[in-house]
Parts: sequence; C-alpha cells; structure tokens
Amino acid sequence: MRTDLRIIERWIKSGSHVLDLGCGDGTLLDYLQREKQATGFGLEINQDHITTCMSRGVSVIEQNLDTQGLGNFEDHTFDTVLMTQALQAVRRPDMVLDEMMRVGREGIVTFPNFAYWRLRWYLMRRGRMPESETLPYKWYNTPNIHLCTFKDFEALCYRKDFQILNRTVVDGEHQDRWLSRLWPNMLGQIAIYRITRKGG
Amino acid sequence: MPESLPTDSVGIVTPQTLHFDTPITLACNRTLDQYDLVYETYGTLNANASNAVLICHALSGHHHAAGYHLDGDRKPGWWDSCIGPGKPIDTNRFFVVSVNNLGGCHGSTGPSSNNPHTGKPYGPDFPVITVRDWVKSQALLADRLGIHCWAAVVGGSLGGMQALQWSLDYPDRIRHAAVIASTPRLSAQNIAFNEVARQAITSDQEFFDGHYYEHNTLPRRGLMLARMVGHITYLSDASMGEKFGRELRDQAYKFGYDAEFQVESYLRYQGERFSETFDANTYLLMTRALDYFDPAYEHNNDLAKALQQARCEFLVLSFSSDWRFPPARSGELVNAMIAARRKVSYAEIDAPWGHDAFLIPTPRYTAVFHAYMDRVAREVDS
Repeated sequence: MRTDLRIIERWIKSGSHVLDLGCGDGTLLDYLQREKQATGFGLEINQDHITTCMSRGVSVIEQNLDTQGLGNFEDHTFDTVLMTQALQAVRRPDMVLDEMMRVGREGIVTFPNFAYWRLRWYLMRRGRMPESETLPYKWYNTPNIHLCTFKDFEALCYRKDFQILNRTVVDGEHQDRWLSRLWPNMLGQIAIYRITRKGG
Repeated sequence: MPESLPTDSVGIVTPQTLHFDTPITLACNRTLDQYDLVYETYGTLNANASNAVLICHALSGHHHAAGYHLDGDRKPGWWDSCIGPGKPIDTNRFFVVSVNNLGGCHGSTGPSSNNPHTGKPYGPDFPVITVRDWVKSQALLADRLGIHCWAAVVGGSLGGMQALQWSLDYPDRIRHAAVIASTPRLSAQNIAFNEVARQAITSDQEFFDGHYYEHNTLPRRGLMLARMVGHITYLSDASMGEKFGRELRDQAYKFGYDAEFQVESYLRYQGERFSETFDANTYLLMTRALDYFDPAYEHNNDLAKALQQARCEFLVLSFSSDWRFPPARSGELVNAMIAARRKVSYAEIDAPWGHDAFLIPTPRYTAVFHAYMDRVAREVDS
C-alpha cells in the first residue's frame, strides 16, 4: 500500500464508518474493512476502478462529485470522509470540503503541494506551467484545475473555521522525510491533512 | 435451436414441476389450497447447498432463462446472455434456479390453470398476487430444493423488485441481492401506462370479464394493444430511431391508416405474437403486482427504514437510457441503502436501448455484473 495510505490508515479508528471520495480501485477501503472492521462506501467515476472495487467486495457507488455532490448523504453520517489526490481536480474544492465536514465528523485530505521547491524552480527558470512526476500534464489538459499550496489550504481551513488535527507531508514516493517536515511548504510534495469542524 | 450449441450455453434444459398441497395465504388474504411451480435449474448444487442463485423474471418472463428446450427452441432462454459457463452468472460455479411465478402462464398455477374446486379455469377468480407472495412461494420452492440460503437472488425490472423483497422478508436466507433496472416503487406515470394496458385488455369484447377461456376465444386485440404500449416503454427514443427511423414499408405515403411506417408494423407484429402466447389475465395480474410493489409503504414511506431489515449485500445497476425505471429511481434505492448502512455497490451503465438494456450484454454491463458475481462465487468457495 502507498505510504500516504499507510499514514491515513493510522488515523482511522477501528470500526469507523468511512466515505472515500474518489476511492480508486478500493485498496484503502478494502484494507480498512479487513484490518479495521471499518464499514462504508467509496465514490468513483472511473469504470475500471468501479469494476475492481466490486470484485474485491468494496461498496462502490458510481457518483460524480462535481455534478452530483454529496446531497444524497445525510448530515454526520460518517466518522471519517477521505479524499486522496482529488481535491485539486474538483470544480469547487471549498464546497466539497464543506460537504465533507457536513456528512462526516473528520476529513482526511491529500493533495499535491504547488509550492514544492521543484515546481517553483520550474516556473522560475522556464516561465512555464510546471510539470512533474506527480503533475504529469500540460496546462490545457490537466484534470488538476485547482492546485494549491499548503499555505493556501491552511488559509482556507482558517476561513472556514476547520481545525487541523494532523498535518504531514511526504515526497513523490510518498516517503515521510525529516527535511520536508522542517519546511513543508517548500520541501513537501504531497500534503496530508486531518481536519474537523471546530466544536464539532 | 442452433445446429451446434455454443460452448458457453447451459445446453439442453428441461423444465421441472413441483406440486405444493399446503395452502399458501396471500397478501390479499385469500388462500390457494394447492398450486404448481414450474422451474429450471442450471449447474450443480454443492454439498452444503451454498452456491444457489435464484433468477426472478420480469412482467412477461418465465422460468426458461437459459439454454435450449429440446423441442426446437429457436432462441435460447430470455437471459442466456448472462447465465452459462463463464458468463456473469457462471453455471460452473453456481446452481441456478429460475422459476415461473405464481399467476404466470407458462406452467405455474395461474388464471389459465384449472381451479380444482370448479374444474374450470380460474380466470378472474384467481387471486391478485403481489411481489411479496412470489417471494414467499419462492422460499417454499427453496425449502423443497434443500436451499436454505441463496448465494444471490438476481433479477431485472420486476425481477429486481423480487430480489429486493427477498432481502426484506427473508434476511437470513439471502447473502446478495442484485437489483437491476428496477425501482423501489412505480411512479404515477408507470402506473398510468399499466392502466392503459389493462383498459386495452378489459375493454376488448372478447375478454368476457376474464372468462374468455369458456368462450373459446382470446382478447387478442386488447392484449396486443397492451403489449404495444408496454413495448414502447421498454425501448428508448434513440433505439427506436436507430432501428426504424421514419422508414416506410413501401416507397410513398398511401394516405390511409394501415401500418405504413416500419415501426408500426413492428409493434403490430410484436403485439400480435404476444397476444397468441401470453394470457391476458396473467398480464393484468403482473401489472397489478408492479403497481402494488412499495416496500416503504409499511414503514411510513421511509425506504431506509424498510431496508434496515435487510442483512444482505446489494448490487444495483441502472441503464442511462431507461426511462421506464430511470437511473434516478435506482439512485433513490441506493440512497436509502446508504442511509440504512447496508452494503451496496451501484453503477449506471451507459446503454442506448432503454429499459430492455438489462437483457442486452454490453462490455461494461457484463464486466461489472461479472466482477460482482465472481466475488459472490469466491465467497461460496471459501
């Protein structure tokens, strides 16, 4: 399992009811079901991923966050709502975060940090939109339409009155390195946040 | 029957009949003292009877779901595309049971069967049967076949409703329910179409209030009209356009009212053929069973509450162009399952054929159905 998923898994209590937004092939949910007796659902739109989820026994719902939202989920239904590497690809990340905090007690979000030093260097040196292993697209065909930095994300959490419970960073291989912990906004490639509503 | 049977066919199949002489009390509070159920089976029941899959049929369906009958079947059973060796419902792994529902007209006791008390066909005196009654009778069939718990109950359309009802009425006797191209209840529009069909039948002069058997006739025109209007709801605008367009049977308009467009002659042909082979009273009964189906009704219209009785896992599939039971209706069902914290997987299959799409194998439909059933089979094996 990917290192970011390993980190996330530690933040999920046994027996949790979990919603995974953009659950991919269901690796994490499958693990949580087997090892942590978790229950819950994954939302996905990729057809092959949906098929894989079904064959491994992960409850997967074909649902598009951008067009259908989370209106079909009642308030406070889940212990944890996950969204790994999808925040930057949705039409309105702020509204998705609101919805995550409405249907779940806690949210876990991972996204690529656009302030990572290599991306800064790429832009400064070439004057063109950065491309990297984690962001291997051209500006015109990228699904990542709302890239942000750690600072941007934290500013949004502050504005929305979300409390940051945990924050960690990993590099492109999803390794946790002490250097990136030292100066995350410059040296961290992928951000992993655990958030909750204040007073909630 | 084709010259040689395809390798993924269950081959030649023979229907079987079981007679039940313990009275069954129905939802309408009436009792059937005795009745027959005709069914087919494909595959082999394993030692602990854990690999059984029940197939539930839709409005005009029957027990012949797969394979060929010896007496020169031109076409295989109605769901042959999904049932057979290596197919989604893999008969190398599952023991498949497909039953003709009570009230049907293909061998199970129904309005056209003889009433043992009178020696004449039941006709309109046959009780109105509900989805719940069917499930009850299927459970009694399962008892006789030595099946305590189905690995899965599977059905499309009205068949999907039976799968759903199974999950509620016999939660310990079903591990998975596949509810395909179905709905948790009919809409006013759905009921309206059924009513047109029933009016067509009952207003046929040959109907004789349902006693047409005794008059040695059939309400052909009524049943034909019922089927024609029903058939339109099974297709989509796009698929009819693709198949017929505005094509004429001859070159030019004839300025009359005979069947000039291809679509007219197709509908007439379908209707006529159906009116010769299907029983009008059964058609009335099946449409009424559809109308009445509403598992939320007894729970203050709270479907999620109704679903709390269920213990099984669900597969729900819908088809993009189905306007009879559109994806939104499956969505309602899925949302109620989510609210009830049942395990459910849902996919909306992109297919142009309308409601009938559940009978047509497309790569994605087959892949998803296969993936789900493969996992059901692996559970059986472990």
